[in-house]
Amino acid sequence: MKRNTSLAARLSSSPYIVWMIIFIIFPLAVVAYYAFTDASGNFTLYNISILSRYTDTFLRSIWFGAIATLICLIISYPLAYIISQITENKQRTIIMLVMLPMWMNFLLRTYSWMLILEDTGIINSWLVKAGLEPFRMINTSSAVILGMVYNYLPYMILPLYSIMSRMDKSVIEAAKDLGGNNATVIKKVVFPLSMPGVISGVTMVFVPSVSTFYISQKLGGGKFTLIGDVIEMQFQTSYNYNLGAAISLVLMVLILGCLFFMNKFADDEEGGILV
Amino acid sequence: MENNVIIDLKNIAVTFEDEPVLKGINLYIRDGEFVTLLGPSGCGKTTTLRIIAGFLEPNSGDVIFEDKNINGVPPHKRQVNTIFQRYALFPHLNVYENVAFGLRLKKFTEKEIKQTVEEMLTLVNLKGFNKRKIDSLSGGQQQRVAIARALAAKPRVLLLDEPLGALDLKLRKDMQAELKNIQQRLGITFIYVTHDQEEALSMSDTVVVMDGGKIQQIGTPIDIYNEPKNAFVADFIGESNILDGIMRSDYSVEFSGHVFECLDKGFGKDESVDVVVRPEDVDVVSAEQGAISGTVTSVTFKGVHFEIIVDINGFKWMIQSTDQQFVGDKIGILIDPDAIHIMKKSDYSGTFGDYSSFSDEIEQMSNISEGD
Repeated sequence: MKRNTSLAARLSSSPYIVWMIIFIIFPLAVVAYYAFTDASGNFTLYNISILSRYTDTFLRSIWFGAIATLICLIISYPLAYIISQITENKQRTIIMLVMLPMWMNFLLRTYSWMLILEDTGIINSWLVKAGLEPFRMINTSSAVILGMVYNYLPYMILPLYSIMSRMDKSVIEAAKDLGGNNATVIKKVVFPLSMPGVISGVTMVFVPSVSTFYISQKLGGGKFTLIGDVIEMQFQTSYNYNLGAAISLVLMVLILGCLFFMNKFADDEEGGILV
Repeated sequence: MENNVIIDLKNIAVTFEDEPVLKGINLYIRDGEFVTLLGPSGCGKTTTLRIIAGFLEPNSGDVIFEDKNINGVPPHKRQVNTIFQRYALFPHLNVYENVAFGLRLKKFTEKEIKQTVEEMLTLVNLKGFNKRKIDSLSGGQQQRVAIARALAAKPRVLLLDEPLGALDLKLRKDMQAELKNIQQRLGITFIYVTHDQEEALSMSDTVVVMDGGKIQQIGTPIDIYNEPKNAFVADFIGESNILDGIMRSDYSVEFSGHVFECLDKGFGKDESVDVVVRPEDVDVVSAEQGAISGTVTSVTFKGVHFEIIVDINGFKWMIQSTDQQFVGDKIGILIDPDAIHIMKKSDYSGTFGDYSSFSDEIEQMSNISEGD
């Protein structure tokens, strides 16, 4: 049996491979190339070896990202559940409202928070008017985390809502029917069944939070440099593409490690339903 | 009222978005009874079930459980369990854990749970399926798990919402027998919702026929079939020829241009009535011998009998006969007095019972669109 297995034929029969090569494999290869070469293009491990000086920044980024993700989850979960329980028309309206801020530019949203949180910003001037002491909000770690939560919240709500609204209502009724009060039903049925939504929500918030830049510069006053800011600096100010690429590569590995760990954890918890 | 009444619905009314769904339901159910709520899609039967389960609160009326008003009592505090239309098993738990779910919530010991689960799985013929995942089971097996899960909680009343609707015909018949058997063995009350009249007649102690949010008739299967209260019930349960008639006197009714002897009395003289004649109760004779006669317009072989449509004075009768007739034949029919059932005129008069537009296909389509 003779088959046409020329490279061109195989590529054209599977366009997604071409797609993956152009948009995923090739850029990754470029990043890897820069990470393992010096300015003149010679192979070196130097970039990787000096990363230990950014250990604090790495840890801070992961820590901030984890806190922001957790807060997003705590806010979004009940919200998504409530949204999924109301009438479909109202659901559509509320989901629109949830997505609305995403249509506004990211930088603009972060700037607005500066105006709100500043020492003489909106909140503090209200406090003063009300005869209270103003307090420091801008340039704190809380402000940075707030920025992350605000910007990435919709990415948590949407996957959770999507899985909850597709959940079979009669399964929830069955749990009530068998003697579960609202809390038990959520713990024993809704939560386990919503795990795929939790995983994708956590991924969609954690990954961009860890690698975010700009938020900490504007809301943290430069006191809490995050790894995304360091990468930006390497490319924009220091023009050290090699170091920037090395940091990116290691960050990617760390994030993959975190997600793998989390998936594993969720798997064990739910008896392996998540594949 | 007898004191073995377990559930008593008093004047239940429900409205969804200004649309009345139940209009004053009054129904009492005795302990240990197999009651079927039977009716077409949208008649309110599932709504009635959900009110008993506690998933829905009536806009007005009372739900009484053993002499106690349980309006407002949430589902998890009611001594009833439900088997849902699509089973509603927990996909993240295996068979054992599904059945054990209610028992765990009720804080039984591990030993008691194990014993009950084994007992229930044996009852539904699923021994050894403990570790199986729900999505690896067939529809019939899932149905059995749902039954075991609902019964494990030892309910006083089991509510079944078209539980066999998704199964194929053969399996459905087997499960009907099995459910009836389980009900008799455990002696608990079953409230069964279906749109399948045959299912209702063959399984129930009492059939409640519903339409348009109202109860049309309550009775034993035999009563419902032989003594339908109105044209809706007569048409919905089995096949019926429903004709306009006039009561000439007690035991004498005129329809189709002929005065027939019947067994009904107590109507006014010359009162307009609906006359029901079941297709299997009509005797086919030659045109000369018949009380009335007409022309055969269609003959369908159904296996057990032929289904013959005869045009008599413009009204199309359905007759089921084991003797073959041919389209175009002139035949006569005879009807025994006990085959004639007289009903008072109702809102449904004139809307059912003529086979002029009869088609199997239409009937099947209306069955498929079931599921309110």
